[in-house]
Amino acid sequence: MYGSTNLSEEDAKRMNSTVEDPEKLEAFESRIARGEKIEPQDWMPVEYRKQLIRMIEQHAHSEIVGALPEGTWITRAPNFRRKLALIAKVQDEIGHGQLLYSAAETLGKTREEMLNDLLNGKSKYSNVFNYPAKTWADIAVIGFLVDGAAIVNQVINSKGSYGPYCRALERICYEESFHLKQGHDNVVYLATGTKHQRAILQDAINRWYVPLLHFFGPPDKMSAHSEKLMKWKVKLASNDDMRNQFLDQYVPKIWELDITFPDPNLKKNNDGIWEFSDPDWNEFKRVINGGGPCNAERIAVRKFAEEAGRWVRQALMNPTEKYVVPLA
Amino acid sequence: MSNALKDLLFKMADDALIIGHRNSEWTGIGPMLEEDLAFSSMAQDKIGHAQALYKILNEVLGEADADTLAFKREEKQFKCCQLVEQPIGEYDFSIVRQFLFDHAELIRYDMLTQSSFQPLAQLAKKVKGEIKYHVMHADTFVKQLGKGTEESKARMQSSLNYAWHFALGIFEKSEFENELISENIFAGEEELKKRWLEKITPIIEAATLKVPVTDESKIIYGGRKGFHSEYLKPLLDEMCEVVRTDIDAEW
Repeated sequence: MYGSTNLSEEDAKRMNSTVEDPEKLEAFESRIARGEKIEPQDWMPVEYRKQLIRMIEQHAHSEIVGALPEGTWITRAPNFRRKLALIAKVQDEIGHGQLLYSAAETLGKTREEMLNDLLNGKSKYSNVFNYPAKTWADIAVIGFLVDGAAIVNQVINSKGSYGPYCRALERICYEESFHLKQGHDNVVYLATGTKHQRAILQDAINRWYVPLLHFFGPPDKMSAHSEKLMKWKVKLASNDDMRNQFLDQYVPKIWELDITFPDPNLKKNNDGIWEFSDPDWNEFKRVINGGGPCNAERIAVRKFAEEAGRWVRQALMNPTEKYVVPLA
Repeated sequence: MSNALKDLLFKMADDALIIGHRNSEWTGIGPMLEEDLAFSSMAQDKIGHAQALYKILNEVLGEADADTLAFKREEKQFKCCQLVEQPIGEYDFSIVRQFLFDHAELIRYDMLTQSSFQPLAQLAKKVKGEIKYHVMHADTFVKQLGKGTEESKARMQSSLNYAWHFALGIFEKSEFENELISENIFAGEEELKKRWLEKITPIIEAATLKVPVTDESKIIYGGRKGFHSEYLKPLLDEMCEVVRTDIDAEW
């Protein structure tokens, strides 16, 4: 019901083939090499389309699932300023989801199909949202560090080759940079506040440290490297590079508040590369495969929303009202 | 006059704060993303209205600051009507409540643009422009769902019947009613209710729903005098949860 997708009949037929026309492929690749953007109506390899759908869809799911741990704190935010900032922030995340689902729809998969795949487990969302937000300090840490990590990733991806995704990301990054400011402000208030406030902040940092290292995915030595995805500018930086960039930007900002990370080996080497204890990558796999503390709860909430709202969507399929003209 | 003004401002601010709280609960679980966004926007507006009204209480009438008034009062001190306290329920209840409440809000603020109390008249002009959009949202969905499917129609009628006597509780008169009217601060709940009924009746009919029959004995009063349903106390406990962990901290 949300919109139309953009897959031509010819492209739909090609979706199951693995052989590409070499001339078209070469033209496509040289366009990317020249820095041109690929647009929805343009020819593209089937695999490029599939990879982008997978990536944008996961990103969209991450936005709407990511709204859940923070959303539960809107009603508990401790003053007007924080409450208004948090609602606006979570609303932005939902809006990013909406924007990204639309970007993915241009590649031929509908929002319904994507949401169904989220619920039946076929498509994933960022692992980091399978951890609970236990105290108000978690909201500060999520707003500053999880959003910070997301920005590292998204700024890089916004230089990619698919036009609609890049444009969505540019707008998203612009809004995320405000989230970062409110997150940082919140962290600073807690760090410079009472004993209780500092204690909950330190506790939150201790719990989010490993999920944050996991956020960028397995180390390069462990993950299958796809040169093709790099060449097609679907992937633009390695997991390790992004993780290093994140640590470089954010660790000093936490240290300067006299808050620590739970890793005695965390330090920056002379060559500018951050060193840290290898986080448990088995836990990462376990959480991805549904074994994290909140996987079941997150999907249950989304299922509830889908099912409880079905009658509304059905009723809207039968539109009897025309567009409402603004009153003034 | 100051007590009459305070009573009026507190009930309006508390209504806005509590309905804003309820609206914000839809963030993340709406029937479609567009409705998460809509309820979230309206929540921000409402909470902003509450803050602005508490500010007048603080700056002009000598009450505590807005955060203290919102986060550090007891349930008994709240003057909101019981309609806004009710849980969000299913979407039909939330949209019907929004429809009934926001039409009353829009007319109330419209009346208040004429208030002799300048700070409120000024605020009313601004707020009116925002609530206009809340009303558009409610009207669109009430009409669409009233005429949608058999299920949506039945749900909307049932929620309308359920919410009706709560909604009439919006217009519970305070002991200062006559003073507010004679001082030209506010033209009164009776006038507001009359205009509200005139406004919503044709919309309910256009949605092919029936205007519920009013039974005076069933109207749910009490909120304006500090008597609340069982839902307000847990709502306030949740709202103040973080503040109470360290009551003197700055957040």
